[in-house]
Amino acid sequence: MAELTYREAVGRAIAQEMARDETVYFIGEDVAAAGGVFKTTEGLLDRFGPKRVRDTPISEQAIIGAVMGAAMNGMRPVAELMFSDFFAVCWDLVANQIAKTRYMTNGQVSLPLVIRTANGGGVRFGAQHSQSIESWAMAIPGLKVVVPSTPTDMIGLFAAAVRDDDPVIVVEPKVLYASKGDVPDGELVDKLGTAKVVTEGEHVTLCALGAMVPKAVEAATKLAADGISAEVIDVRSLVPLDTATILESVGKTSRLVTVEENPRLCGWGAEVASIVADERFFDLDGPVVRVTTPHIPLPAADALEDLAIPSVDRVVEGVRRATG
Amino acid sequence: MADATTTTKSDQAVRLDIYRMMQEARLFERRAQDLFLEGLVKGTSHLALGQEAIAAGFASVLGTKDMVFCTYRGHVHTLLRGAPMGPLMAELLGRGNGICGGKGGSMHLTDVSSGAMGSYAIVGAHMPIAAGAAWAAKERGTGQVAVCFFGDGTTNIGTFHEALNMAVVWELPVVFVCENNLYMEYTPIGQVTAVEHPAADRAAAYGLESIVADGNDADEMRAVALRAVEQARSGGGPSLVEAKTYRHGGHSRADPAKYRPADEVEAWLARDPIPAYRERLIADGVDAGELGRIEAEALAAVDRATEEAKAGPPPDPASLETQLWSDGGSAWRN
Repeated sequence: MAELTYREAVGRAIAQEMARDETVYFIGEDVAAAGGVFKTTEGLLDRFGPKRVRDTPISEQAIIGAVMGAAMNGMRPVAELMFSDFFAVCWDLVANQIAKTRYMTNGQVSLPLVIRTANGGGVRFGAQHSQSIESWAMAIPGLKVVVPSTPTDMIGLFAAAVRDDDPVIVVEPKVLYASKGDVPDGELVDKLGTAKVVTEGEHVTLCALGAMVPKAVEAATKLAADGISAEVIDVRSLVPLDTATILESVGKTSRLVTVEENPRLCGWGAEVASIVADERFFDLDGPVVRVTTPHIPLPAADALEDLAIPSVDRVVEGVRRATG
Repeated sequence: MADATTTTKSDQAVRLDIYRMMQEARLFERRAQDLFLEGLVKGTSHLALGQEAIAAGFASVLGTKDMVFCTYRGHVHTLLRGAPMGPLMAELLGRGNGICGGKGGSMHLTDVSSGAMGSYAIVGAHMPIAAGAAWAAKERGTGQVAVCFFGDGTTNIGTFHEALNMAVVWELPVVFVCENNLYMEYTPIGQVTAVEHPAADRAAAYGLESIVADGNDADEMRAVALRAVEQARSGGGPSLVEAKTYRHGGHSRADPAKYRPADEVEAWLARDPIPAYRERLIADGVDAGELGRIEAEALAAVDRATEEAKAGPPPDPASLETQLWSDGGSAWRN
């Protein structure tokens, strides 16, 4: 067991898979010599050499197209998209090509590739470097999407993503890069499509994702002081979605609050709310509440950004509405 | 470029095969057109009538493991790479025995087993994908070459430039072939492009040789292909070829192509690559009877393919939610 930052866990995750499988290559902007703009990939170039760890031009379409083509021809490539906002400049390759090719070819083409990306707000970068794009990605049939919230999950879910034969987007909440956690020694391999109950409780289920998980846990601690026992689920994987864990929890607590960093409309929590309304309606004792960023681009100023992204207090307030 | 007067016997065999390929391509496309008019091919289709020499010239030099990437105007490239004609026709008809089980259609033809790595319906998307496939070939030492066919309109979209730059910097074994048929969909390419030769005039920007070739001359296309493919295979990096050609029809089935001047159409129809090649072969001593046999066999092959396609069942409804994921299914939740 060792204490690692999330940032260090990213590097360890990539190294673990590159050391294991020589068909794993890693490309992106400033990822090799510079070690990544978030310093997540330092040391990989020295360890694995310039063929397998490679700097690209600022050409997101070429980066994503290259990993798709390479995945068609025997590689398990990993691409870094420096900021998830840049999906907007290569969305054709992601949504039209990578996502659809297996289906359109009736299974002739497998695309075992990973796109990892720094996502979300909380670091005052403004509207074009702070978006939460996980809900964009999950809306496209053919993309798997995971959002690790701890260093251990980063390694385990990344390893599972690399080993999966389908395209997986690994969404890294950039505000968590400096966060720390104890990480077990040795090889870590997790499972896609699995949520985790991180705090057990009885009165309300809090479904949170990414950077919202620590906030939900903190909110649960506050609520406990008032006698409300909240169960916190780290959703971890949007596609596949572990609805069994969520439905079981709601079956127990009869109340659901989602905690989402994304803007309001069509956030992942809306899908979760819909499934719960459909399949656990008669177990519910209160309204399903979604705590989200308002439906706005994220502002840069710290005072405004802090108002926009769900805070611990807003989560507590959401739970009070749900448990009214 | 190729010297048609000094063919050796083996060269002659290759040229007869090129003639066979062009005949099959032409008759396949005409049949696709007929089947569309009969209402059996639905949606849309983009025919390569008139552009067969480019596909045949390149097909004649590629090895079995090489990879071809093409566009929504991809029937001919997919066929000449070696996709079976019956299942290919069945895919156009939306049948269960189609090469993609009816999930692809006219614009999305793929037959991986023959190296037809896909028809890409978003302009330019396959440029970096082909580069990526070439990157894997290079790193894995497979000796494969990727050939990426695209239209003149592609030269004005970002992926064209991103892919060329990366392919050159990474010295990838990929050949980019612009089929310049003078029109980007409905608009003359010259009207919307800063340079005369939309691909070749951009080559210098990426340190590449400027190559303009006669895309209606199958011998010339074979010669250009041999050089570019060999350069790629021997570690010499990518090439960009601009092959000038002409669509005999409109952009798609919805387009009567009335925007093209009659004299231009007439001039290019007179330069139809197939009769020209036939005349040249005869001038080079090929027996007309042998060419007649090739033509008859091509027609018979297209007839058989049509019957096989028409006899195919509609796709099994149970296939609807299959093959999204590598486990064969489409489940997104437990």
